[in-house]
Amino acid sequence: MHPVAKLASLFILATATGLAHSADNRRQYDRDAGRYVEVAVADPYLELRTGPGRGYPVFRVIPRGERIEILFRRTGWFKVRDEHDRAGWASEDSMRETLLASGAKLPVPDYAHRDFDAWPWEAGAESGNFGGGNVNSVYAAYAFNGNLGAELAASQTLGHSSNGALLMAGLTHSPWPAWRVAPFLQLGTGVVRISPKATIISPPNRTEQLAYYGAGAKWHVSRRFLLRADYRSYVIFTKSAQNEDRNEWKAGFAFFF
Amino acid sequence: MESRLRVLLLSAVALALGGCSMWPFHKRPRAAEQPVEASVAEDGTTPAVVEPQVVRRKVKTPKIRNSNFELGPYVGTYSAEDFGVNPVVGARLTYHISEDFFTDALLGQTKTSLTSYERLSGGAQLLTDSQRKLTYYSIDFGYNLFPGEVFVGRRRAFNSALYVIGGVGSTHFAGDSHFTVTLGTGYRLVLNDWLAAHIDVRDHVFDTDLLGTNKTSHNLETALGVTVFF
Repeated sequence: MHPVAKLASLFILATATGLAHSADNRRQYDRDAGRYVEVAVADPYLELRTGPGRGYPVFRVIPRGERIEILFRRTGWFKVRDEHDRAGWASEDSMRETLLASGAKLPVPDYAHRDFDAWPWEAGAESGNFGGGNVNSVYAAYAFNGNLGAELAASQTLGHSSNGALLMAGLTHSPWPAWRVAPFLQLGTGVVRISPKATIISPPNRTEQLAYYGAGAKWHVSRRFLLRADYRSYVIFTKSAQNEDRNEWKAGFAFFF
Repeated sequence: MESRLRVLLLSAVALALGGCSMWPFHKRPRAAEQPVEASVAEDGTTPAVVEPQVVRRKVKTPKIRNSNFELGPYVGTYSAEDFGVNPVVGARLTYHISEDFFTDALLGQTKTSLTSYERLSGGAQLLTDSQRKLTYYSIDFGYNLFPGEVFVGRRRAFNSALYVIGGVGSTHFAGDSHFTVTLGTGYRLVLNDWLAAHIDVRDHVFDTDLLGTNKTSHNLETALGVTVFF
Protein backbone atom coordinates (compact mmCIF):
# COMPACT_ATOMS: atom_id res chain seq x y z
CA MET A 1 0.00 0.00 0.00
CA HIS A 2 1.19 3.53 -0.71
CA PRO A 3 2.43 5.21 2.49
CA VAL A 4 -0.06 8.07 2.08
CA ALA A 5 -2.93 5.63 1.60
CA LYS A 6 -1.72 3.71 4.63
CA LEU A 7 -1.68 6.88 6.73
CA ALA A 8 -5.12 7.89 5.47
CA SER A 9 -6.65 4.53 6.30
CA LEU A 10 -5.04 4.65 9.73
CA PHE A 11 -6.55 8.11 10.28
CA ILE A 12 -10.01 6.92 9.19
CA LEU A 13 -9.73 3.90 11.46
CA ALA A 14 -8.70 6.06 14.41
CA THR A 15 -11.57 8.52 13.81
CA ALA A 16 -14.06 5.69 13.46
CA THR A 17 -12.88 4.10 16.71
CA GLY A 18 -13.10 7.47 18.42
CA LEU A 19 -16.66 8.01 17.16
CA ALA A 20 -17.69 4.51 18.17
CA HIS A 21 -16.20 5.15 21.59
CA SER A 22 -18.01 8.43 22.13
CA ALA A 23 -21.25 6.86 20.88
CA ASP A 24 -21.00 4.23 23.61
CA ASN A 25 -22.35 6.38 26.45
CA ARG A 26 -22.81 3.55 28.92
CA ARG A 27 -21.06 3.65 32.26
CA GLN A 28 -17.41 2.56 32.30
CA TYR A 29 -18.60 0.04 34.91
CA ASP A 30 -20.85 -1.66 32.33
CA ARG A 31 -18.41 -1.35 29.46
CA ASP A 32 -15.85 -3.28 31.52
CA ALA A 33 -18.35 -5.94 32.62
CA GLY A 34 -16.71 -9.35 32.64
CA ARG A 35 -13.25 -7.89 32.45
CA TYR A 36 -12.77 -7.53 36.19
CA VAL A 37 -13.74 -9.51 39.24
CA GLU A 38 -17.00 -8.13 40.64
CA VAL A 39 -17.94 -8.30 44.30
CA ALA A 40 -20.79 -6.98 46.45
CA VAL A 41 -20.32 -5.09 49.69
CA ALA A 42 -21.53 -7.23 52.61
CA ASP A 43 -20.36 -5.11 55.54
CA PRO A 44 -22.59 -2.13 56.48
CA TYR A 45 -20.30 -0.02 54.29
CA LEU A 46 -16.96 -0.05 52.48
CA GLU A 47 -14.62 2.94 52.55
CA LEU A 48 -12.79 4.18 49.48
CA ARG A 49 -9.63 6.21 49.92
CA THR A 50 -7.87 8.45 47.42
CA GLY A 51 -4.61 6.47 47.66
CA PRO A 52 -3.17 3.11 48.66
CA GLY A 53 -2.24 4.02 52.23
CA ARG A 54 -3.76 4.46 55.69
CA GLY A 55 -3.20 8.24 55.61
CA TYR A 56 -5.17 8.96 52.44
CA PRO A 57 -8.61 10.48 53.08
CA VAL A 58 -11.85 8.51 52.69
CA PHE A 59 -13.78 10.21 49.88
CA ARG A 60 -16.61 7.76 49.38
CA VAL A 61 -18.52 5.20 51.41
CA ILE A 62 -20.17 2.38 49.47
CA PRO A 63 -23.29 1.01 51.16
CA ARG A 64 -24.07 -2.67 51.68
CA GLY A 65 -25.35 -4.47 48.61
CA GLU A 66 -23.70 -2.24 46.02
CA ARG A 67 -21.33 -3.90 43.61
CA ILE A 68 -17.72 -2.96 42.84
CA GLU A 69 -15.23 -3.99 40.16
CA ILE A 70 -11.70 -4.87 41.34
CA LEU A 71 -9.30 -3.18 38.91
CA PHE A 72 -6.01 -4.37 40.41
CA ARG A 73 -4.16 -4.79 43.64
CA ARG A 74 -1.07 -3.01 45.00
CA THR A 75 0.51 -4.16 48.29
CA GLY A 76 -2.34 -4.40 50.84
CA TRP A 77 -4.75 -2.22 48.82
CA PHE A 78 -7.25 -2.86 46.05
CA LYS A 79 -8.11 -0.29 43.40
CA VAL A 80 -11.85 -0.66 42.82
CA ARG A 81 -14.57 1.08 40.83
CA ASP A 82 -18.13 1.50 42.04
CA GLU A 83 -21.36 1.49 39.99
CA HIS A 84 -21.14 5.28 39.64
CA ASP A 85 -17.74 5.02 37.94
CA ARG A 86 -15.86 6.39 40.93
CA ALA A 87 -12.54 4.65 41.49
CA GLY A 88 -10.67 4.50 44.77
CA TRP A 89 -8.64 2.33 47.08
CA ALA A 90 -10.05 -0.19 49.55
CA SER A 91 -8.02 -1.97 52.22
CA GLU A 92 -7.30 -5.69 52.20
CA ASP A 93 -9.24 -6.21 55.45
CA SER A 94 -12.37 -4.54 54.11
CA MET A 95 -12.17 -6.50 50.82
CA ARG A 96 -12.00 -9.75 52.76
CA GLU A 97 -15.62 -9.11 53.78
CA THR A 98 -16.99 -8.67 50.25
CA LEU A 99 -18.93 -11.38 48.41
CA LEU A 100 -18.48 -12.90 44.99
CA ALA A 101 -21.44 -13.64 42.71
CA SER A 102 -21.38 -17.21 44.03
CA GLY A 103 -22.03 -15.91 47.54
CA ALA A 104 -18.58 -16.88 48.74
CA LYS A 105 -16.26 -14.39 50.38
CA LEU A 106 -13.55 -12.93 48.17
CA PRO A 107 -10.48 -15.09 48.80
CA VAL A 108 -7.70 -12.76 49.90
CA PRO A 109 -4.42 -14.54 50.62
CA ASP A 110 -3.32 -14.54 54.22
CA TYR A 111 0.45 -14.40 54.47
CA ALA A 112 0.68 -15.00 58.22
CA HIS A 113 1.85 -18.58 57.60
CA ARG A 114 3.71 -19.56 54.49
CA ASP A 115 2.00 -22.36 52.62
CA PHE A 116 4.86 -24.12 50.84
CA ASP A 117 2.50 -25.73 48.32
CA ALA A 118 1.11 -22.35 47.27
CA TRP A 119 4.34 -20.38 47.42
CA PRO A 120 7.31 -22.72 46.83
CA TRP A 121 9.59 -20.08 45.25
CA GLU A 122 11.87 -17.71 47.07
CA ALA A 123 14.32 -15.06 45.84
CA GLY A 124 16.55 -12.75 47.77
CA ALA A 125 19.73 -10.71 48.12
CA GLU A 126 22.33 -10.72 50.85
CA SER A 127 25.51 -8.86 51.68
CA GLY A 128 28.27 -9.44 54.20
CA ASN A 129 31.81 -10.60 54.81
CA PHE A 130 33.68 -13.25 52.81
CA GLY A 131 37.17 -14.15 54.07
CA GLY A 132 37.79 -10.60 55.29
CA GLY A 133 36.41 -8.88 52.19
CA ASN A 134 32.89 -7.90 51.17
CA VAL A 135 30.38 -10.08 49.41
CA ASN A 136 27.11 -9.36 47.58
CA SER A 137 24.89 -12.27 46.73
CA VAL A 138 21.57 -13.06 45.05
CA TYR A 139 19.75 -16.37 45.18
CA ALA A 140 16.65 -18.18 44.00
CA ALA A 141 15.27 -21.21 45.82
CA TYR A 142 12.56 -23.78 45.34
CA ALA A 143 11.01 -25.61 48.30
CA PHE A 144 10.10 -29.26 47.61
CA ASN A 145 8.27 -29.15 50.94
CA GLY A 146 8.58 -27.13 54.13
CA ASN A 147 11.78 -28.92 55.07
CA LEU A 148 13.84 -29.44 51.96
CA GLY A 149 14.72 -26.92 49.28
CA ALA A 150 17.16 -26.41 46.41
CA GLU A 151 18.98 -23.16 45.90
CA LEU A 152 20.91 -21.43 43.12
CA ALA A 153 23.12 -18.49 44.09
CA ALA A 154 25.52 -16.03 42.47
CA SER A 155 27.92 -13.95 44.55
CA GLN A 156 30.44 -11.23 43.91
CA THR A 157 33.30 -10.97 46.41
CA LEU A 158 35.18 -7.69 46.74
CA GLY A 159 38.36 -8.16 48.78
CA HIS A 160 41.57 -6.29 49.41
CA SER A 161 43.78 -8.64 47.42
CA SER A 162 41.31 -10.22 45.01
CA ASN A 163 37.80 -10.07 43.62
CA GLY A 164 35.76 -13.13 42.81
CA ALA A 165 32.59 -14.39 41.22
CA LEU A 166 30.87 -17.47 42.64
CA LEU A 167 28.13 -19.62 41.15
CA MET A 168 26.62 -22.24 43.44
CA ALA A 169 23.92 -24.87 43.73
CA GLY A 170 22.94 -26.39 47.03
CA LEU A 171 20.36 -27.92 49.32
CA THR A 172 18.84 -26.34 52.40
CA HIS A 173 17.12 -28.15 55.16
CA SER A 174 14.78 -26.41 57.57
CA PRO A 175 13.75 -28.63 60.53
CA TRP A 176 11.07 -26.21 61.84
CA PRO A 177 9.69 -24.29 58.85
CA ALA A 178 6.61 -23.06 60.73
CA TRP A 179 8.62 -21.08 63.28
CA ARG A 180 8.58 -17.32 62.80
CA VAL A 181 12.39 -17.44 62.92
CA ALA A 182 13.19 -20.73 61.18
CA PRO A 183 16.74 -22.10 61.31
CA PHE A 184 18.21 -24.03 58.38
CA LEU A 185 21.26 -26.06 57.38
CA GLN A 186 22.84 -25.85 53.96
CA LEU A 187 25.21 -27.85 51.82
CA GLY A 188 26.33 -27.17 48.28
CA THR A 189 28.92 -26.94 45.59
CA GLY A 190 29.94 -24.55 42.82
CA VAL A 191 32.69 -22.74 41.00
CA VAL A 192 34.61 -19.57 41.81
CA ARG A 193 36.52 -17.27 39.48
CA ILE A 194 39.23 -15.40 41.36
CA SER A 195 40.75 -12.20 39.95
CA PRO A 196 43.85 -11.18 41.97
CA LYS A 197 44.31 -7.43 42.46
CA ALA A 198 48.13 -7.14 42.74
CA THR A 199 49.19 -3.88 41.12
CA ILE A 200 52.82 -4.69 40.21
CA ILE A 201 52.79 -8.31 39.06
CA SER A 202 49.26 -9.42 38.32
CA PRO A 203 48.79 -13.22 38.62
CA PRO A 204 46.32 -14.60 36.08
CA ASN A 205 42.65 -15.15 36.91
CA ARG A 206 41.84 -18.69 37.99
CA THR A 207 38.68 -20.76 38.17
CA GLU A 208 38.32 -23.35 40.94
CA GLN A 209 35.69 -25.71 42.29
CA LEU A 210 34.30 -25.23 45.75
CA ALA A 211 32.02 -26.82 48.28
CA TYR A 212 30.30 -25.31 51.29
CA TYR A 213 28.27 -26.15 54.34
CA GLY A 214 26.61 -23.75 56.69
CA ALA A 215 23.67 -22.72 58.81
CA GLY A 216 21.33 -19.75 59.01
CA ALA A 217 17.91 -18.50 59.89
CA LYS A 218 14.97 -16.92 58.08
CA TRP A 219 12.61 -14.51 59.79
CA HIS A 220 9.15 -14.13 58.25
CA VAL A 221 8.64 -10.41 58.92
CA SER A 222 5.41 -9.65 57.09
CA ARG A 223 3.46 -10.60 53.98
CA ARG A 224 5.82 -12.32 51.50
CA PHE A 225 8.85 -10.72 53.05
CA LEU A 226 11.67 -12.53 54.89
CA LEU A 227 14.91 -11.42 56.52
CA ARG A 228 17.69 -13.98 56.26
CA ALA A 229 21.17 -14.36 57.76
CA ASP A 230 23.59 -17.21 57.28
CA TYR A 231 27.09 -18.48 57.89
CA ARG A 232 28.97 -20.64 55.41
CA SER A 233 32.29 -22.43 55.48
CA TYR A 234 33.81 -22.82 52.02
CA VAL A 235 36.54 -25.17 50.79
CA ILE A 236 38.12 -24.07 47.51
CA PHE A 237 39.71 -27.06 45.76
CA THR A 238 42.86 -25.49 44.29
CA LYS A 239 45.23 -27.02 41.78
CA SER A 240 48.10 -26.56 44.26
CA ALA A 241 48.85 -28.89 47.19
CA GLN A 242 46.81 -26.92 49.74
CA ASN A 243 43.08 -26.32 49.57
CA GLU A 244 41.83 -22.89 50.66
CA ASP A 245 39.27 -22.23 53.38
CA ARG A 246 36.96 -19.22 53.52
CA ASN A 247 34.34 -18.24 56.06
CA GLU A 248 31.36 -16.14 55.10
CA TRP A 249 28.75 -14.21 57.10
CA LYS A 250 25.94 -12.45 55.34
CA ALA A 251 22.48 -11.05 55.88
CA GLY A 252 19.75 -9.80 53.60
CA PHE A 253 16.14 -10.05 52.59
CA ALA A 254 14.01 -12.39 50.48
CA PHE A 255 10.49 -12.89 49.15
CA PHE A 256 8.44 -16.00 48.62
CA PHE A 257 6.00 -16.35 45.76
CA MET B 1 40.45 -27.41 59.79
CA GLU B 2 41.71 -30.96 59.73
CA SER B 3 40.54 -32.44 56.46
CA ARG B 4 39.36 -35.66 58.13
CA LEU B 5 37.25 -33.64 60.56
CA ARG B 6 35.83 -31.70 57.62
CA VAL B 7 34.83 -34.87 55.81
CA LEU B 8 33.17 -36.04 59.01
CA LEU B 9 31.26 -32.76 59.41
CA LEU B 10 30.24 -32.73 55.77
CA SER B 11 28.86 -36.24 55.95
CA ALA B 12 27.05 -35.35 59.19
CA VAL B 13 25.38 -32.39 57.49
CA ALA B 14 24.55 -34.50 54.43
CA LEU B 15 22.96 -37.13 56.63
CA ALA B 16 21.03 -34.54 58.60
CA LEU B 17 19.76 -32.95 55.39
CA GLY B 18 18.70 -36.20 53.83
CA GLY B 19 17.36 -37.82 56.98
CA CYS B 20 15.41 -34.93 58.43
CA SER B 21 13.72 -34.14 55.14
CA MET B 22 11.99 -37.49 55.36
CA TRP B 23 10.72 -36.59 58.80
CA PRO B 24 6.98 -36.06 58.51
CA PHE B 25 6.93 -32.58 60.11
CA HIS B 26 5.17 -31.03 57.16
CA LYS B 27 2.46 -33.60 56.78
CA ARG B 28 -0.81 -32.04 57.76
CA PRO B 29 -3.99 -34.03 57.38
CA ARG B 30 -6.11 -32.44 54.71
CA ALA B 31 -9.85 -32.46 54.71
CA ALA B 32 -9.96 -33.91 51.22
CA GLU B 33 -7.69 -36.78 52.12
CA GLN B 34 -9.69 -38.02 55.08
CA PRO B 35 -11.66 -41.15 54.28
CA VAL B 36 -15.38 -40.66 53.93
CA GLU B 37 -17.32 -43.49 55.45
CA ALA B 38 -20.40 -44.56 53.61
CA SER B 39 -23.41 -44.69 55.90
CA VAL B 40 -24.85 -48.14 55.77
CA ALA B 41 -27.81 -49.21 57.85
CA GLU B 42 -27.42 -52.09 60.32
CA ASP B 43 -29.20 -54.63 58.12
CA GLY B 44 -26.78 -53.95 55.27
CA THR B 45 -29.21 -52.04 53.04
CA THR B 46 -28.90 -48.38 52.21
CA PRO B 47 -30.73 -46.12 54.66
CA ALA B 48 -34.08 -44.65 53.76
CA VAL B 49 -32.88 -41.10 54.25
CA VAL B 50 -33.23 -39.07 51.07
CA GLU B 51 -29.77 -38.36 49.72
CA PRO B 52 -29.69 -34.74 48.55
CA GLN B 53 -28.73 -34.44 44.91
CA VAL B 54 -26.38 -31.52 45.28
CA VAL B 55 -24.42 -30.49 42.25
CA ARG B 56 -21.52 -28.56 43.67
CA ARG B 57 -21.03 -25.29 41.89
CA LYS B 58 -17.44 -25.01 40.77
CA VAL B 59 -16.18 -21.81 42.35
CA LYS B 60 -13.44 -20.34 40.24
CA THR B 61 -10.89 -18.38 42.24
CA PRO B 62 -10.96 -14.96 40.64
CA LYS B 63 -7.75 -13.65 39.18
CA ILE B 64 -6.98 -10.17 40.40
CA ARG B 65 -4.04 -8.49 38.74
CA ASN B 66 -1.20 -7.60 41.09
CA SER B 67 0.74 -4.43 40.41
CA ASN B 68 3.61 -4.33 42.87
CA PHE B 69 6.56 -3.86 40.52
CA GLU B 70 7.97 -0.74 38.89
CA LEU B 71 10.47 -0.82 36.03
CA GLY B 72 11.95 2.07 34.12
CA PRO B 73 14.93 4.06 32.89
CA TYR B 74 16.52 7.18 34.34
CA VAL B 75 18.96 9.83 33.16
CA GLY B 76 20.92 12.34 35.17
CA THR B 77 24.36 13.39 36.28
CA TYR B 78 26.96 11.39 38.19
CA SER B 79 29.70 13.25 39.99
CA ALA B 80 32.63 10.82 40.19
CA GLU B 81 35.01 12.22 42.84
CA ASP B 82 38.12 13.64 41.09
CA PHE B 83 36.78 12.54 37.69
CA GLY B 84 34.21 15.20 36.89
CA VAL B 85 30.45 15.44 36.60
CA ASN B 86 29.07 13.45 33.69
CA PRO B 87 25.77 12.22 32.24
CA VAL B 88 24.54 8.91 33.61
CA VAL B 89 21.91 6.49 32.32
CA GLY B 90 20.41 3.64 34.27
CA ALA B 91 17.49 1.38 34.94
CA ARG B 92 15.55 0.64 38.09
CA LEU B 93 13.40 -2.30 39.20
CA THR B 94 11.29 -1.79 42.32
CA TYR B 95 9.15 -4.20 44.31
CA HIS B 96 6.64 -2.72 46.73
CA ILE B 97 6.46 -4.88 49.86
CA SER B 98 3.83 -2.82 51.69
CA GLU B 99 2.48 0.70 51.58
CA ASP B 100 5.56 1.73 53.59
CA PHE B 101 8.47 -0.37 52.36
CA PHE B 102 9.97 -1.28 49.01
CA THR B 103 13.17 -2.74 47.62
CA ASP B 104 14.84 -1.74 44.41
CA ALA B 105 17.70 -2.75 42.17
CA LEU B 106 19.62 -0.09 40.24
CA LEU B 107 21.98 -0.48 37.32
CA GLY B 108 23.73 2.60 35.95
CA GLN B 109 26.57 3.65 33.72
CA THR B 110 28.52 6.85 33.13
CA LYS B 111 31.73 7.84 31.41
CA THR B 112 34.03 9.85 33.67
CA SER B 113 36.16 12.72 32.39
CA LEU B 114 39.69 13.98 33.10
CA THR B 115 40.94 14.85 36.58
CA SER B 116 42.18 18.43 37.13
CA TYR B 117 45.73 17.06 37.17
CA GLU B 118 45.34 15.44 33.76
CA ARG B 119 43.79 18.61 32.36
CA LEU B 120 46.57 20.90 33.67
CA SER B 121 49.51 18.66 32.90
CA GLY B 122 48.66 18.52 29.24
CA GLY B 123 49.37 15.00 28.10
CA ALA B 124 49.32 12.84 31.24
CA GLN B 125 46.63 10.12 31.21
CA LEU B 126 45.82 8.21 34.39
CA LEU B 127 43.31 5.87 32.80
CA THR B 128 42.72 4.26 29.45
CA ASP B 129 39.52 5.03 27.58
CA SER B 130 37.80 1.81 28.66
CA GLN B 131 38.85 2.33 32.29
CA ARG B 132 37.00 5.67 32.35
CA LYS B 133 33.70 3.89 32.04
CA LEU B 134 32.00 3.59 35.44
CA THR B 135 29.28 0.99 36.00
CA TYR B 136 27.42 0.41 39.24
CA TYR B 137 24.71 -1.79 40.61
CA SER B 138 22.93 -1.43 43.90
CA ILE B 139 20.26 -3.36 45.77
CA ASP B 140 18.42 -1.11 48.18
CA PHE B 141 15.75 -0.97 50.77
CA GLY B 142 13.36 1.97 50.69
CA TYR B 143 10.88 3.61 53.02
CA ASN B 144 8.06 5.91 51.93
CA LEU B 145 8.73 8.65 54.45
CA PHE B 146 6.03 11.14 53.44
CA PRO B 147 3.30 9.66 51.27
CA GLY B 148 0.73 12.17 50.07
CA GLU B 149 -1.12 13.82 47.26
CA VAL B 150 -0.29 16.77 45.04
CA PHE B 151 -2.93 18.90 43.41
CA VAL B 152 -2.58 20.26 39.91
CA GLY B 153 -5.28 22.85 39.29
CA ARG B 154 -8.83 22.27 40.58
CA ARG B 155 -9.60 18.92 39.05
CA ARG B 156 -6.46 16.83 39.19
CA ALA B 157 -4.74 15.10 42.10
CA PHE B 158 -1.81 12.72 41.98
CA ASN B 159 -0.48 10.39 44.64
CA SER B 160 3.12 10.97 45.58
CA ALA B 161 5.75 9.97 48.11
CA LEU B 162 9.02 11.30 49.39
CA TYR B 163 11.16 8.27 50.12
CA VAL B 164 14.58 7.38 51.47
CA ILE B 165 16.71 4.46 50.31
CA GLY B 166 19.83 2.68 51.54
CA GLY B 167 21.63 -0.30 50.10
CA VAL B 168 24.78 -2.02 48.97
CA GLY B 169 26.28 -2.94 45.64
CA SER B 170 29.40 -2.61 43.59
CA THR B 171 31.01 0.06 41.42
CA HIS B 172 33.26 -1.01 38.57
CA PHE B 173 35.68 1.78 37.72
CA ALA B 174 39.30 2.04 36.52
CA GLY B 175 39.62 -1.71 36.06
CA ASP B 176 38.56 -2.59 39.59
CA SER B 177 35.31 -3.34 41.44
CA HIS B 178 34.59 -1.60 44.73
CA PHE B 179 32.07 -2.54 47.39
CA THR B 180 29.65 0.40 47.44
CA VAL B 181 27.15 1.71 49.95
CA THR B 182 24.34 3.74 48.41
CA LEU B 183 22.21 6.23 50.35
CA GLY B 184 19.61 8.45 48.81
CA THR B 185 16.31 10.18 48.76
CA GLY B 186 13.72 10.53 46.05
CA TYR B 187 10.28 11.69 45.08
CA ARG B 188 7.73 9.53 43.29
CA LEU B 189 4.79 11.12 41.46
CA VAL B 190 2.23 8.49 40.46
CA LEU B 191 0.71 9.88 37.24
CA ASN B 192 -1.92 7.17 36.71
CA ASP B 193 -2.52 3.49 37.48
CA TRP B 194 0.59 2.39 35.58
CA LEU B 195 2.97 5.32 35.20
CA ALA B 196 5.17 7.20 37.69
CA ALA B 197 7.84 9.89 37.50
CA HIS B 198 10.84 10.00 39.83
CA ILE B 199 13.44 12.52 40.95
CA ASP B 200 16.34 10.97 42.87
CA VAL B 201 19.50 12.08 44.62
CA ARG B 202 21.90 9.31 45.64
CA ASP B 203 25.34 9.15 47.21
CA HIS B 204 27.50 6.19 46.19
CA VAL B 205 30.25 5.68 48.78
CA PHE B 206 33.24 3.44 48.12
CA ASP B 207 36.93 3.13 49.08
CA THR B 208 39.51 3.66 46.39
CA ASP B 209 43.31 3.89 46.22
CA LEU B 210 43.37 5.01 42.61
CA LEU B 211 45.21 8.28 43.33
CA GLY B 212 47.92 6.75 45.57
CA THR B 213 46.34 6.85 49.02
CA ASN B 214 43.36 4.88 50.25
CA LYS B 215 40.34 7.13 50.69
CA THR B 216 36.58 7.00 50.88
CA SER B 217 35.02 8.65 47.86
CA HIS B 218 31.53 10.15 47.75
CA ASN B 219 29.90 10.14 44.35
CA LEU B 220 26.70 12.10 44.10
CA GLU B 221 24.13 11.26 41.49
CA THR B 222 20.98 13.13 40.52
CA ALA B 223 18.48 11.45 38.23
CA LEU B 224 15.11 11.91 36.56
CA GLY B 225 13.23 8.78 35.68
CA VAL B 226 9.96 7.25 34.62
CA THR B 227 8.67 3.85 35.69
CA VAL B 228 5.87 1.59 34.60
CA PHE B 229 3.92 -0.30 37.26
CA PHE B 230 3.16 -3.93 36.53
